[in-house]
Parts: sequence; structure tokens; C-alpha cells
Amino acid sequence: MTAVEQAYREHWARLLALLTAEVRDLDLAEEALQDAFAAAVSAWPPVPGNPPAWLLTTARRRALDRLRRGALAARKLPLLIVDDPEPPSVIPDERLRLIFTCCHPALSMDARVALTLRCVGGLTTREIARMFLVPEATMAARITRAKKKIAQAGIPYRVPAGPELAERRDGVLATVYLIFTEGYAATGGDRLIRADLAAEAVALGRMLRELLPADPEVDGLLALMLCHHARRDARLGPSGELIRLPDQDRSRWHREEIHEALSLLAAVSERADPRGAGSGQTESGGASGGDPFPGPYLLQAAIAAEHAAAVRAEDTDWPAIARLYGELEQITGSAVVRLNRAVAVAEASGPGDGLKLLDGLDRMLGRHHLLHATRAEFLRRLGREREALDAYERALEVVGTDPERAFLLSRRADLSIR
Amino acid sequence: MKYALLLYGNEKAGASATEEQIKEAYAAHGRFTEMLTERGAYLGGEALDFSSAAVTLREGAGGTLRTDGPYAETVEHLGGFYLVEARDLDEAIEFATACPEEIVEIRPVVEYQG
Repeated sequence: MTAVEQAYREHWARLLALLTAEVRDLDLAEEALQDAFAAAVSAWPPVPGNPPAWLLTTARRRALDRLRRGALAARKLPLLIVDDPEPPSVIPDERLRLIFTCCHPALSMDARVALTLRCVGGLTTREIARMFLVPEATMAARITRAKKKIAQAGIPYRVPAGPELAERRDGVLATVYLIFTEGYAATGGDRLIRADLAAEAVALGRMLRELLPADPEVDGLLALMLCHHARRDARLGPSGELIRLPDQDRSRWHREEIHEALSLLAAVSERADPRGAGSGQTESGGASGGDPFPGPYLLQAAIAAEHAAAVRAEDTDWPAIARLYGELEQITGSAVVRLNRAVAVAEASGPGDGLKLLDGLDRMLGRHHLLHATRAEFLRRLGREREALDAYERALEVVGTDPERAFLLSRRADLSIR
Repeated sequence: MKYALLLYGNEKAGASATEEQIKEAYAAHGRFTEMLTERGAYLGGEALDFSSAAVTLREGAGGTLRTDGPYAETVEHLGGFYLVEARDLDEAIEFATACPEEIVEIRPVVEYQG
């Protein structure tokens, strides 16, 4: 990695956040910072003693240049007056402001995802476009529209305060998790996992944890993503087919990531209940101990941790998972959570009980292949093969990716009545 | 920044409101206006008559076309508006949330400089 690449990785978001606060224009700040990195490519080496300070000074000058040129053309833009700064020893951290602005609820989810990856993650427009399988021009237009909306609608460059903070934080977490799930379980295309995208989301989760320390939901989101991400190499077979959790080769899981997730959860439960921690509690039981009201990410992380902590598939504590899903369903009221709870209940107390929990989900999840695939599995285990066949047919009608289709076809072919 | 809060509602429901409901709605808007005024945010606001009272003019090839009623055939009609001064979108959202109407569209007002 060159010194410029390294500086880009380490300092992009921090510098963009600070510059945006100074010039009060996200678009201008981004262009000026890009100019500064381009200048670094030809000016380095020698690498300056304080690379981020060099980049900041250069970007400030470029912003000023751009403003002057723009002012000549339009005559309306206010001139920015910036003294040539002393190289700062510590660059103030404004990243949280940048994150909350990029994830403002007035922006569409698509726009939030694209802006966050571009401005906070430092990905290029081309990289983001490739990850979301859209033309680069489409992604560029999406990002430009979003930046324009921030300026025109008066979206503030600020970390919300008071009761608003928790609500807006949830919006930030949702954006990061959406980036993760799009990488972890792609909704379209020929590949089932886009590990690069998931890795970006994990990096964003780490950044959030640095900026919002001791927030159980932030810790929960990072632990959740780590538990899932740790399984990436074991989830796909040699020809890209999906391998279900019980059939995965657990030696291919990234143990260090699972360990990190489990320690995160252990720390959360210790903070919530310092006396209870360590006494009779498994290290995976993070959310179920201590805090009487764990949030949705912490609960999901606790569920993922139960899976990750099981040495063999048959060691999985399904009753614990079913209970956690019950809690999660209570606070989210989500049909998808109910579907997952049904799977856990089926494992804990039989497919008949699982099947009952699927009743009433068709209205919400009829277009979701997993509902039909899950029902098919339960029916198969109950020996009701004719009905199982129908359910597989319905799953195949709505399934999105090729590997999942192949998986469903192979399960259907296994039925003895075919 | 200046924002317009555009209030949309179902006119059928509005037309069948009882006298008491109408009184209540007026009082709620009175309190809302008072809050905006106290915050120095109130720039104006009006309730609009039913869309059946509207006339829409449209420039066409054969001159100006006059039609009865509002331009768009939707269930929800524009029923009133407020003009507010807010620090930023977050404050405008706060005002819109406090507004006693179900659907409030927040539109930044274009401010021409010099």
C-alpha cells in the first residue's frame, strides 16, 4: 500500500467531516479533499511529517480556489475566509456529524446507503456502483441528488441531542445494517455473498463504536455483523451454492471475529449488571442477562452468538434461541422475526410447533421465498410430502438469486414423491 | 430558512365532521399557531376552502383552459398551509410533528438572494 492509499484509508472520513464543518458544503468539501489526495499522489514521496495536516491544508486551499472560481462565475457564493493554519497536531473528530447528516431520515434509504459509503466509508462512486450492481452514472446521480437535497432542504450538519439522539441513532444503525445485509445476503444477481460490502459495513460498525462508546445497541450491531461475517467462507460451496448453517464446516469460521463479538456482548452485560457477569452466565448470553430491556440489535447479536458459540450444530441451544426470538418479536412485531422464531421453535420442540407459528404470515411475507421454503421443510419433516411439494413450488416462484434457486431445486428433488 | 408546511387531508372526512370536531380542530390549530409565534417561527398560514370551490387554469394550445376543481385527482387534498421560519430541517420537522394534521408536507421555500 502506498503512503497516499494508507492516508486515504485512515483519514478520509475524518478530514471530510472536518472540512465540511469548515466550508459548510459537503459537495465542495468532497471535491476539495479529492483534489488534495490527487495532489498527494504526485507530491509524495517525500511523505510529509504529518500527512493528514498536509492533506487538510491542501484541501482547504483547493476549496478556496474552487470557491473563488465559482464566485466569479455565479457572483453569489459567499467567499470563505480561511487563514493558512498551523499544522494541527490533533485533527478534531467531526465524523459523527458527517454520519448523522448522511443518515438523515429525510433522505431515502438508497441515498443514505450511497452517501454513507462514499463520505464515511471513503469508497469511490465506481466501487459503490459495482457493489450495488448499477451503472456508475446512476450511482453518481444518486449521490449528487442526495448532496443537493441536504443543502436545499436545510438538513443540518449536527449530532442530534436529547431524546432525538436515540431515534436518529437507530436510523444510522439501520443504514449500516442494510449495507451489511446487502453484502451478506444479496437480493439479486448471481452471487450470494458480497464479502467486500459486508466488510465495509463491519468497518463502519467499528467506527460507530469508537464514536458512540458504551451504547449497547451500537455494540450489539457490531457483534451481530461480526458473528455473521465470521461465517462467510463456510456459507458457500465450491460452485457458489448455499450451505445451510448445520452443514457448514465450522473450522472455516473466523474464530477471532466470533471471539471479538462474544467479548463485546460480555462487556455489555457486565456494564448492565456488574454483579451478575461471569456468575453462571455463558459468554454468549450477552443480551439475556443484566439489561432488562435489550434493544433489537443486541437481541439479534445474542441469537447469532448462540449459533457462533456452538462447537457442533447439534450443540446449539435452540430453546435459548427460541426465547430470544420471542423477546425480539415482542419489541419489533416483525413478521420476519416470527418466521425465524418458528424455525427455532421447530428445532427446540418439533416441526409441528414451528408450523403453527407460520400461520398468518402469508399476508406479510407471501412474496418472500423463505416463508414458503421454511413451511416446505416443516411439512417434509412431518411427512406431509404432497403439501411440502406445493410449498417448494411457491418458494421457487418468488426466489431471487440463482444459488438460492439451486438450493430449493435440490431440496425439492429430494422429496420421495417426485 | 423558510419552510412551507402543506397540510393534506381527506375532504370527505372533513365535510362530515361534527360541529364539536370542527371546534376542536380550530382550537388545536390555535394552540399550534401560538406555539409557533412564541418561538418566533410563525410567518403566516391559512385554511383553504374545499377543493370543489377551486378553479384551475392551465395554459394549453388553444389558450387558457379553465377547469372546475383542483389540478390533481387525489384522495388527499391540500387543505391549508403554514409558512414558518426554522433554523434547519430538523426544527421544521419538529414543527410539522406538532402540527395537528395527519399529513404535513415540508417544503423549503426558495429564497432569492440579491
